[in-house]
Amino acid sequence: MRPTSFVLTGIARLLVGAFPRWSGCEPEPTQRIYFANHTSHIDTIAIWAALPIRLRYITHPVAAKDYWGSGVRRYIATKALRAVLIDRSRSDPNANPLLPLIETLQRGESLIIFPEGTRGTTALPGPFKSGLFHLATQFPHVQLVPVYLDNLHRSMPKSAVLPIPMSCTVRFGTPIALAPAETKEAFLERARGEVIKLAGDIKA
Amino acid sequence: MTPRDKMIWVFGGVIVLLAVASLAGAILGKRARSESSRATIDNLQARVNAWWIMTAVLVVTFALGETATLIVFGLVSFFALREFITLTPTRRSDYVPLVLAFYLVLPAQYLLIAYDQYGTFAIFIPVYGFLLLPAVATFAGDTQEFLERTAKLQWATMITVYCISYAPALLLLDIPGYEGSGALLLVYLLLIVQLSDVLQYVFGKLFGRTKLAPAVSPSKTWEGLIGGGVAATLIGGALAWITPFSWWQALAISFVIVIMGVLGGLTLSAMKRSLGAKDWGVMIEGHGGMLDRMDSVSFAAPVFFHIVRFFFT
Repeated sequence: MRPTSFVLTGIARLLVGAFPRWSGCEPEPTQRIYFANHTSHIDTIAIWAALPIRLRYITHPVAAKDYWGSGVRRYIATKALRAVLIDRSRSDPNANPLLPLIETLQRGESLIIFPEGTRGTTALPGPFKSGLFHLATQFPHVQLVPVYLDNLHRSMPKSAVLPIPMSCTVRFGTPIALAPAETKEAFLERARGEVIKLAGDIKA
Repeated sequence: MTPRDKMIWVFGGVIVLLAVASLAGAILGKRARSESSRATIDNLQARVNAWWIMTAVLVVTFALGETATLIVFGLVSFFALREFITLTPTRRSDYVPLVLAFYLVLPAQYLLIAYDQYGTFAIFIPVYGFLLLPAVATFAGDTQEFLERTAKLQWATMITVYCISYAPALLLLDIPGYEGSGALLLVYLLLIVQLSDVLQYVFGKLFGRTKLAPAVSPSKTWEGLIGGGVAATLIGGALAWITPFSWWQALAISFVIVIMGVLGGLTLSAMKRSLGAKDWGVMIEGHGGMLDRMDSVSFAAPVFFHIVRFFFT
């Protein structure tokens, strides 16, 4: 484990706990796409810290190039978290923005993605973008694991710089798969529903 | 005996007690048949294991000295405050006061102790925190439930930072003829409070029949309270040799510690239930959260500090 990664997960544990709850699957080295609700900049590190170390070696968070692509953030994202950067702004309209993700999955490794595409402000996630659907279509054998992060929207509201320390649990649910002939809209809504289900009685 | 020798004897005693508890847990675990006794023994073993870890942390902390003690208690306050705020509904407009509570009020309180500023440390949160945190909150321009939000943050900082910080503040006290033994006073406080909790649990499990306050703290019984409380008070009297107190003073003071501990347990239990939780958190296996372990200390520490400061310095 790299020292920077060790320091980062230590800080994340201190500030937000990031206690893992494996309710629907076990922490196994199966190839997976973990998809989670997104409310703060700590989300990626919180999920990363909740994974056992052996899984961190084969799991890559997906991060937005416009935020994580330069300076210290780039160092943290690419060196410590070994993140895959995605171009949200589509600077080259002909390029497939999902390409770096596809390459990672082709190598047999796992991803952490936030299908909302941007940070929300509420406890429950908003509509999902279609990336998850495209990946599920192209890689039908990869397990799709819903993940729910609680409390982080309170810990670090959108404009905040310092997180308010708060115990956050990272809840891993039962893997889902794309059903035959399932439409994009139906699949994305079902995937979002799985994340919401993990929230239990937490209200938006 | 030097203070160091006394410390070694006390912790030696604690380690023997824990070894007995681990052994008893292992034997009972082999005998347990029914589902419910299995669950009780598992919880008992988890609690004993957590005690081993907490004891180890304290031994290392005291060996490292005063600064380490303050840092460790600062972290205890930090985790307790984190648990309190996690269970408290907060709004976005609470962001600035909450950030100040964690990153300014908490470290400042412990720095005041480190620099021996008794006069300031005793009023910093009850006066300045009390007035200024809500004043800062007004700038967010959100009056919805303003009084409730203010009260919750005030309670959170008072219990988790102010009250708990009185425990390491015992190191500040200058007691004639007892120089360099502040850490022993802190050990004395922690030992009586925690033994009282443990013995109440044991007496409750063995003889508990009459519920004390079923709505507030369902596992507490009168038999447990009286048996455990009396036993802890007697142990407190017998430990007079590590304190500056005579045996009867030690008896009276440990009685007050036990009573304050019980009141702390009940009050904070009512508090967490009004926030809709059974435990404050999950940090300490078998015990719940940091505040589940520190609830009695938070009530006993300020009173113990004041008794010692008033009568012995």
